[in-house]
Amino acid sequence: MMDLKTALFYVFSAITVYAALRVITARNPVHAVLHLVLAFFTTGALWILLQAEFLAIALVMVYVGAVMVLFLFVVMMLDINIERLRKGFWNHLWLGGIIGALMVGEMIAVLSTKYFGLDSMPAQAVAADHSNTKELGRLLFTDYVYPFELASVVLLVAIIAAVVLTMRRRQGVRYLDPARQIAVNHRDRIRVVAMKPERDLPAGEGK
Amino acid sequence: MLNNFVMPDLYPAAPEIFLLCMACLILLVDLFLGDYQRWVTAMMAQIALVGCAAITWVTADTQVVLTFSNMFVDDLFADFLKLVVYVTVSVVLIYSRGYLQARNLDKGEFYLLVLFATLGMMVMISAAHLLTLYLGLELMSLCLYALVAIDRDSARATEAAMKYFVLGALASGLLLYGMSMVYGATGSLEIGGIAQALHQGAANKTVLVFGLVFLVAGVAFKLGVVPFHMWVPDVYHGAPTAVTLFISTAPKLAAFAMAMRLLVYGLFELAEQWQIMVMIMAVLSIAIGNLAAIAQTNIKRMLAYSGISHMGFLLLALMSGVVGQDRHFALNAYSSALYYAVAYVLMSLASFGTVLLLSRAGYEAENLEDFKGLNRRSPWFAAVMLTVMFSMAGIPFFVGFFAKFSVLLAAVDAGYVGIAVFAVLFSLVGAFYYLRVVKLMYFDPPADTAPIQATTDMRIVLSVNGIAVALFGLFPQAIMAFCTYALLRSL
Repeated sequence: MMDLKTALFYVFSAITVYAALRVITARNPVHAVLHLVLAFFTTGALWILLQAEFLAIALVMVYVGAVMVLFLFVVMMLDINIERLRKGFWNHLWLGGIIGALMVGEMIAVLSTKYFGLDSMPAQAVAADHSNTKELGRLLFTDYVYPFELASVVLLVAIIAAVVLTMRRRQGVRYLDPARQIAVNHRDRIRVVAMKPERDLPAGEGK
Repeated sequence: MLNNFVMPDLYPAAPEIFLLCMACLILLVDLFLGDYQRWVTAMMAQIALVGCAAITWVTADTQVVLTFSNMFVDDLFADFLKLVVYVTVSVVLIYSRGYLQARNLDKGEFYLLVLFATLGMMVMISAAHLLTLYLGLELMSLCLYALVAIDRDSARATEAAMKYFVLGALASGLLLYGMSMVYGATGSLEIGGIAQALHQGAANKTVLVFGLVFLVAGVAFKLGVVPFHMWVPDVYHGAPTAVTLFISTAPKLAAFAMAMRLLVYGLFELAEQWQIMVMIMAVLSIAIGNLAAIAQTNIKRMLAYSGISHMGFLLLALMSGVVGQDRHFALNAYSSALYYAVAYVLMSLASFGTVLLLSRAGYEAENLEDFKGLNRRSPWFAAVMLTVMFSMAGIPFFVGFFAKFSVLLAAVDAGYVGIAVFAVLFSLVGAFYYLRVVKLMYFDPPADTAPIQATTDMRIVLSVNGIAVALFGLFPQAIMAFCTYALLRSL
């Protein structure tokens, strides 16, 4: 007889695995993204079960709230031809399937409860008022300050790379420059030219 | 709660901090520069590298210093490799400038990405923690992916960048998975802690070997050895030659440092297990690299396959460290690996440098035919290329010969006579395609008679590079002795 926590763990794990499978099998990319959102939610629930509430909230806020919404926008904007991407899926499935099954089998053989079971890795007892948000914050800015700063440099590089790869002046594109439109002078728009009439008007037409 | 925290010692990490500050400064300064003022950016990048070299030189000592909660290590091995990286990157920037200008790629971002990649390499070289090792690797790799794609109008470069990015992400995933297994088995992310846990025999061997397979695969991808070599020819071919020059040189040193930190410093107790994996990869790389290079007509692809075979030789030294329980050969084997890495970078710089030298606006000298009759166009640079090709082929009295010689000696000492003979035989196969370049340069009439357009600084540095390839072969003992000393002080 398992307790409620274990039962919840299996429920959330099953949903996570199902959602992850649907991410790669769904025909519609929007469905795939939504299933990924579901997978993140259930992973967050698993973290709550581990009493890592900060990580769970961060996962939901950062991944579901920000990253996946952005991702959904991109998927909706791009016209992805799913049929073309799927071409050859069934032809390669047997090879990928065999390799995948082999890897899963090996992993199960090695990573079964024998080595990573609960008895070999007992959970550490923590005080009831233990705040892992506070603990994470303390570690992040003391012991882990070096990787923390490195991660920020990685983000800076990502910004630079995104700018260099997307921002460029394409030749031959017609566009309006608002700054130039505003700065335009009435003298640039119209030129008043004084010129003589081309021919004299015949009598009677000039009224 | 915060009372037990002590401010980390920033002194050992001074070169990294200086480079980061300089890169941010260049980022700001470059905003205000027009295209015709790009020399300021180039000059500042060189100043940053020279400054780093000065700081590393001044702060180098024979002690092993750990800082940032044992996440950063400063030892003589790191100092030596970092100095080689600075020189390499500096030479890369000098070679690249003219090529970039001719293709309208001479943007400030190129210098920035190169500098940030250099920072990533320094972090990797000084990593004493799996987390920092991984972050350094990602910092370097992200810059490289972007650099490959920097020529937006080239479909081939974009394809190469995509391929590199996808396979690189996969390799990072493998590496992370391996790291998590090692963490699960030893309970430590610190490389020193892992070694200690293994030494005490507390760790579970089955899980460790399982993780080790993934770690070795990740390292092999970054080194570009068979069977994780598929990206190498395509990326070398597709990327702008200036970027190929960069990818083929300094990151190899960082990948070598990563292999040393993970396998030798961390998982030395498992040497018996990883040496077998490394041996298979070494043998395959030497065979496939040399055989595939023969069939290439594009010199960038040819040098890519030649690079794969050279990395195979490097692994040949890594696998010769431990025989049974005997560790007497370790120092000799690893110092010959270090020597090989440095020698390869020196040769790779000169070979891609010559490819850049022959390219000009609207013309890529990337086929073997483009080297026809180089002797009549420029006897001096034909001689430089001749030196490099002889050196890569392992013909005596050039730096490449002694690198190969010391690696083979280490392999024979460790009892791998059969594999050493095999490596020599495939080096002979390799000599064919290196000598083909020499034949094209000296005995064929030139197909392209335009004068060589290169800046004076590039001509001077390339000449010095060629002379170094020739001269270092005359005094191999001095460098080898220094490699041994650096490793001895770091272990």
